Amino acid sequence: MSPALIAALPFLGALLPALAARAGRNAAALAAGAVSLAAFLGLMSHAPAVLSGTAVTARLDWVPALGLSASFRLDGLAFLFAGLILGIGLLIILYARFYLSEKEPLGRFLTSLLMFQGAMTGIVLSDNILMLLIFWELTSLTSFLLIGWSQDRPESRQGARMALAVTGGGGLALIAGMLILGQIAGSNDISVIVTRAAEIQASPLCLPALILILIGAFTKSAQFPFHFWLPHAMAAPTPVSAYLHSATMVKAGLYLMARLWPAFSGTPEWTVIVTATGLATILIAAKIAFFQTDLKALLAYSTVSHLGLITFLLGLGTPAAATAAMLHILAHASFKAALFMLAGIVDHAAHTRDLRRLGGLARAMPLTFALAAIASLSMAGIPPLNGFLSKEAMLTEAALSGPLVAAVATLAALFSVAYSLRFLAHAFLGQPRAQLDHPRDPGPGLWAAPAVLVAIVLASGLAPMATFGPLVDAAASATTGTAIHAHLTLWHGLQAPALYLSLAAFGAGLMTLGAWPRLAALWAATPRPDAKALFDIALAGLTATARRLTRALQGGGLPRALAIATATLLAAGTWAFLSAPHAPGTRALLPLQAAPAAVWAVLMAATLATAALHRDRLLALLLTGITGLLLAAAFAWTSAPDLALTQVAVEVVAILLMLLALNFLPRRTPAESAPPRRLRDLALAAAAALGTGSLAYALMTRDAAFAPISSFHWAQSKPGAGGTNAVNTIIVDFRGFDTYGEIIVLGIAALILFALAESLLSSRTATARLAALDTGPNSGDPHPTMTAVALRFLLPVALTVALYLFLRGHNLPGGGFVAGLVTAIALLLQYLASGYVRSDARRRFDSHAFIAAGVLIATATGAAALGFGLPFLTSGYTYVHLPGLEQFELATAALFDLGVFFCVLGAVLLSIATISRLAQQTREREPG
Amino acid sequence: MEMLFATAIGALTFTGVYLMLRLRSFPMILGLTFLSYAVNLFLFAAGRLTPDAAPIVGTTDAPADPLPQALVLTAIVISFGMTAVIVMMSLGARLEGGDDRVDGQDAP
Repeated sequence: MSPALIAALPFLGALLPALAARAGRNAAALAAGAVSLAAFLGLMSHAPAVLSGTAVTARLDWVPALGLSASFRLDGLAFLFAGLILGIGLLIILYARFYLSEKEPLGRFLTSLLMFQGAMTGIVLSDNILMLLIFWELTSLTSFLLIGWSQDRPESRQGARMALAVTGGGGLALIAGMLILGQIAGSNDISVIVTRAAEIQASPLCLPALILILIGAFTKSAQFPFHFWLPHAMAAPTPVSAYLHSATMVKAGLYLMARLWPAFSGTPEWTVIVTATGLATILIAAKIAFFQTDLKALLAYSTVSHLGLITFLLGLGTPAAATAAMLHILAHASFKAALFMLAGIVDHAAHTRDLRRLGGLARAMPLTFALAAIASLSMAGIPPLNGFLSKEAMLTEAALSGPLVAAVATLAALFSVAYSLRFLAHAFLGQPRAQLDHPRDPGPGLWAAPAVLVAIVLASGLAPMATFGPLVDAAASATTGTAIHAHLTLWHGLQAPALYLSLAAFGAGLMTLGAWPRLAALWAATPRPDAKALFDIALAGLTATARRLTRALQGGGLPRALAIATATLLAAGTWAFLSAPHAPGTRALLPLQAAPAAVWAVLMAATLATAALHRDRLLALLLTGITGLLLAAAFAWTSAPDLALTQVAVEVVAILLMLLALNFLPRRTPAESAPPRRLRDLALAAAAALGTGSLAYALMTRDAAFAPISSFHWAQSKPGAGGTNAVNTIIVDFRGFDTYGEIIVLGIAALILFALAESLLSSRTATARLAALDTGPNSGDPHPTMTAVALRFLLPVALTVALYLFLRGHNLPGGGFVAGLVTAIALLLQYLASGYVRSDARRRFDSHAFIAAGVLIATATGAAALGFGLPFLTSGYTYVHLPGLEQFELATAALFDLGVFFCVLGAVLLSIATISRLAQQTREREPG
Repeated sequence: MEMLFATAIGALTFTGVYLMLRLRSFPMILGLTFLSYAVNLFLFAAGRLTPDAAPIVGTTDAPADPLPQALVLTAIVISFGMTAVIVMMSLGARLEGGDDRVDGQDAP
């Protein structure tokens, strides 16, 4: 299975559980499980190759010039992480099936879970940094959904928001850092970047890139001082905590550090920042974990501490430390996910996770106790469990880094022993501290998943070389770029310093637990900063600033926002103008001609008069119409007959539409703005006019910098598209896909208009206002017989003209757009002349149907090309000779143009008829 | 002639921007219409001015650039759709809200 498919499968399958949920909870779980299992098996099919050191790749170039490609790479490191994500994912699906209550929508939960799984798998399989960043953001978003699963609980919503703010904010830093890194290395491929360590480390941008990337990694992996979000994310349901917050998402940051290890490790900056952060995190989180009273909070802080341990190991920069990091990633995922699930079981059975109330569960829940004992002893680092292996490896590396580091590491190990044993002792041993409601061991559905993990903990502790050995070797080799053969063993001999550090930590840890009551009292008496309160204050400040800024820029009024936008554009334009040299244009100018100059004079007069006289709305509208028609004349003069036709037709319908609208609006605009404001607007408008006018002049007096691509369209119009009207062939053939989009937009616009009118007509306020509107005096005879009869005769003529325009469109000015507009005008004239009621009664087709037919015809024409193995909308044509007629041409483009025709017709008719309906409404309500 | 086109584009922009900054919906709609005129003419002028050279194969050897024409043609039609929606929105605001102001203030 291609690595691309492995990453895509969870996404593709994400809808399945939601759909299968209709058939019951088992069906939903089975569907999700099947998807995960398929991806997992696909991954395992590469195991032999990857474990022997080969990387499996899949690549699909998109825009190679921009370094955009979908490239996937499965090497040892990716294999280890993907195995964790998909393997533990399977167990989580099983556990979640039995954990979530009947009332909760399991299908939706599993859909979110699978999307998260896909995003996570995507991160570890991506070889392209841009793709990795997208998957990275996706994990933040999907984890937001999962943490905030219980939407009705405020702490759940707040926890989700905090996690998103912290990891999403870190994600932004990461984007910047990775882009800089890609620039320095000259490639967006991670496999290339890691080979360019020398260039990267020599660059002055290396440190900024490193810091930004580390902010991304530290926030995701909850490293100090960003660790505070993880405990709050524990508001998530336990399957989510077990999956995201122990085994997978919080390890994404570690993955990234391991991935970029060859590029950065060994530099002093890397060593100092990463090891110091790691050490601080281990110690601080381990201490806090010891004092937690909530089972899940204890596990959350312990997770932060263990993540710090792995960070520390990666920071050391030696291959041996990196190997130890890989070992601990595996060990931690196995025992911590199991512990979370067991905490969930305790929560379900005892209805509390509070260590001050729990106790003595060992007798009531022997099976859960046995599993929890093995997992938590592994967390404490007791032999012969896998946690001991990785803790020994960590202490060995710490001992090599000097006495101070060794002391801190040992202190952290001490707390680790203490909180692990506290988890076990306070929950399961002794007497219950509160009346519990007969806790019992759960059914196999709940304990199966943690049992599998605990079995792994045992097996990998007893026989590390046979279980974790190959995986750790492959991952460490891929991380460091050197072949590594780790020697994993429980017994390193009496001369190993780690043994004595470990023993000291164990003994002191036991004593610390013994001193719990006194230490807890001391802890309760010490003031501590509350991260959540600080975070809330910071967030409230940010929100208030953002709100003030928005209000200043967009105070709810359109004029102000538009004025700011115009001023900004002007400033940008001025800056661009001032920062470049200028020379006058060299293109030969056209001589001045009398007729166009006369048109120009009228156009200028009408335009400026509109601005001056805009208060009289009807007059302004007439002037607007005149301007539009003169524009059509300008198009006609400069060799654009198609444009002239379209402009005239659109002008007619647009003016008609606004005329209708004016029925419902005041006839005059009151003089409201104060003189200074008018002056400001005049200045803005004048500056904008100067800008566009001079830009247009500069453009027209220069030749194009590059040969225009339209020479291709011109040359290919006849041989390629079978038409002589190059404008039409561009619209229906060369750029057919654009046109396709445009007619759809037009159709949607008409439907929006229709929907708005529907909602208006169903609103009591609006209909009351509509009825109360004074529409002014009506003419005595709204539908004079003369006009009505004349226009009825005109209808067939107009339709013939439209048909003519449509048919000749491919070769001469015309086409679907114009024909559609002309037909629409012809029909609208009937409404005008004979009245809405009479015309509407004679209407055979719905305008909605026209729009739909247009889009469907265009789609079918385009899709037909797919049937011939050609790209969407490829056109074909042939010449037909019928007896008695001249030879003529049949092109599929004409069919596409028919779709354009119908869509335009439907959209125009629907828009105007909809506004007429409002008018109808006022008339119906008029008395008498 | 180029100067005439440039000044026309400038004038259309002037009226467009000025009217769009007014406080009521109808002048704003007219302003948008004028701005569309200006933009369409500007796009069209990007193909440079070439009279008597309609881009019909067989009628000329040095045709006007057909590409800006095709772009502007669809732009004209789309701007109708946009205007129609905005007109409807302004009607909705007037009928639901009681006045046609667009500056977020209540009518005096």
